[in-house]
Amino acid sequence: MRTAPDTADAKSIAAAIRRSQTRERLRSFGLATPLLVLLLLSFGIPIAILLSRAIYDPTIANALPRTSVAMQSWSGNGIPDDETFNALAADLKANQQQGNISEFAKSLNARLPGARSQILKTARALDKEGVSDPASVVKSVPFWTSPATWSTIENGRHALTSFYLLSAVDLRWTADGSLERVPPEQAIFLRVFARTFLVAATVTLATLILGFPLAYLISSVPKTVGAILIIAVLLPFWTSILVRTAAWTVLLQKFGLVNDVLLWLGVTGTRLDLMYSRVGLIIAMTHIQLPFTLLPIYSVMRTIQPSQMRAAYSLGGRPLTSFLRVYLPQVVPGIMAGCLLTFILCLGYYITPALIGGAGDQLISNFIANYVNVELNWEMAAALSFILLVFTMALYAVFARVLGLDRLKPV
Amino acid sequence: MKRQFIKFVALATVAAIAITSRPVLAAEELSIMASGGAWQDAQRKAWFEPFTEETGIKIVEQEYLGDLGKVKAMVDTGNVPIDLVTVETATVLQGCDAGILEPLDYSKIADQSKFIEGSALKCGVGLDAYGDILAYDPTVLKEAPTSVLDIFDTKKFPGKRAMRKFPAQNLEWALMADGVPSDQVYEVLATPEGVDRAFKKLDTIKSDIVWWDAGAQPAQLLASQEVVMTTAWNGRIQNAIDTDSKPFKIVWDGQILEYDMISIPKGAKNPDLAYKYLAYISKPENNAKLASHITYGPVRTDATEFVAADALPKLPNAPEHMKSYLVADTEFWGDYGEDLVKRFNAWLAQ
Repeated sequence: MRTAPDTADAKSIAAAIRRSQTRERLRSFGLATPLLVLLLLSFGIPIAILLSRAIYDPTIANALPRTSVAMQSWSGNGIPDDETFNALAADLKANQQQGNISEFAKSLNARLPGARSQILKTARALDKEGVSDPASVVKSVPFWTSPATWSTIENGRHALTSFYLLSAVDLRWTADGSLERVPPEQAIFLRVFARTFLVAATVTLATLILGFPLAYLISSVPKTVGAILIIAVLLPFWTSILVRTAAWTVLLQKFGLVNDVLLWLGVTGTRLDLMYSRVGLIIAMTHIQLPFTLLPIYSVMRTIQPSQMRAAYSLGGRPLTSFLRVYLPQVVPGIMAGCLLTFILCLGYYITPALIGGAGDQLISNFIANYVNVELNWEMAAALSFILLVFTMALYAVFARVLGLDRLKPV
Repeated sequence: MKRQFIKFVALATVAAIAITSRPVLAAEELSIMASGGAWQDAQRKAWFEPFTEETGIKIVEQEYLGDLGKVKAMVDTGNVPIDLVTVETATVLQGCDAGILEPLDYSKIADQSKFIEGSALKCGVGLDAYGDILAYDPTVLKEAPTSVLDIFDTKKFPGKRAMRKFPAQNLEWALMADGVPSDQVYEVLATPEGVDRAFKKLDTIKSDIVWWDAGAQPAQLLASQEVVMTTAWNGRIQNAIDTDSKPFKIVWDGQILEYDMISIPKGAKNPDLAYKYLAYISKPENNAKLASHITYGPVRTDATEFVAADALPKLPNAPEHMKSYLVADTEFWGDYGEDLVKRFNAWLAQ
């Protein structure tokens, strides 16, 4: 029979083990600290700051302090009272004099196209000498007596905003405070997200279909031949992605090599439009991504002893059954690691769609780049990046849940 | 003998002073970022090199794609290694609004009233005028198009045609081809119905359009016969005709005139040198020089007389090319650009 002191001993032993383990963990954590600090400083914080732009945009709030206060008593219907118009006139004049008016005009214009010139015009009129009744100057511009203007300002005067995130999924607030889809001619991002995932999935599947037999071949031929094949796979892998993309434009163009060969072989009667098309994009992306899918599969296949398959045959397994029940289950971790790597890399493709894809083949990264570089609307870029990140994380979580993350660890 | 020796000493002293004082002169450096290609080469010959010769100020060149994202990142982080940047007109407006480009002091440059209307803006001064035109290869196309708007006529001119993957110019041409007089184009385009009308017109040729992004593409597309006609910037096509001896022809009727500009980014380190350069290139005789190296016209109204005689007939603002044209309205694109780009992209994806 166990006595009380024994339990106490057991407890203290367990505690001692825990303590030593904790020490062990702290030590390994200590070794990783420099890396974690580097990641936090160079990766985590900048990304967090940039993504925060998607929900925090104080431009309108900063530009209209007086109007913001005056609008608190506004019902939200029609246009506000004269007091608000006076406050607006004072705000616009102050912005004009401090030189901030354009920034405010640009920010409101992103939400309400056409607002920019109206705001600049009004501000210039207010800044003239001898304006006795500023509210009526504002009201004389029809833009300011439109309810749409005021509901836009009402939404925009809060620095914390859902506008950009909603726009990134083609939604917007209506004047009465409910969510609605944006009109079809403006709805674009959901379609582009779907396209991005579709292209990524197609490319992943194509690399798997091409890569799996090749990996099997490399792992089963003699070592020297295998080494040559591996070099053949790796050589393009070491070439810059831009160079490979440019090479594909040379091959795929209308009077390019691929069309020449197809025509000569009689496969096709007319020259195909491979450039600026989905087919060309997927061919080029599959070529670039092949090593990413192949190498993890190959590294797992290499560890599988050929004697296992012989054992399966000798125990009466038919080739297909032996393959499916003995070989394949052992390769699954490699397949998953390779496919996940390729799929997630494909979600961020930018150069290849830009150069080889047509107008209807641009992926979400191309739109993010456009908002960063051309439109200078970094809020919108942050919102699209955030949605992409969330979609990717969610997909990763589902993947890990359904297939089991532990299977991704090396066998 | 003695006199010669004195002469020698004097010469040696002058030489010594010249040699030792050169580094002081060379320390003055002006960094200019332009958008590369044949256009930057032309600027180098017409302005960069003569400017350095005249003033001793060395010019450090950089290249970029013409998008302001890079400049915004410089200004936001307070590290601006460039003193001048060349930009499209619509981009000047955008950069001015976003507080990235410095408002200019024209008293240090030139008389603002001497520039063509719309080519001397608050944050950018015009460098040249270029035309968005139609180009074709007469050896391929049997019948010659007479107006840019012929691009919409697929019956008379069957085959693929190339247009810039951008709403600006295409929407204007679509409305004009649909019968809107050129002086009302922007008025109509500012209404939702006008935008619908323009897209509906573009719909009629959508399946025949190949889209281009970079300025060098139109000439390539024509040369490889991927298209029978293309919209283009006139200088690029003229370049293909003059230096690559391509048989291309330019259609001027219906052209849209635009200006290239140059601006000072906010926080630039050598604003005085930058103004010196702006004043130099804005002199009428210097402004006219670029036309000898690329077929883009001067933006000063009084510069035409200085343009080389052989260059003049190839310029977009040569009198015989100005029979029917539209001047791009940058204020309009400042207002509706972002919205129309989004709608254009949505339309492309349909």
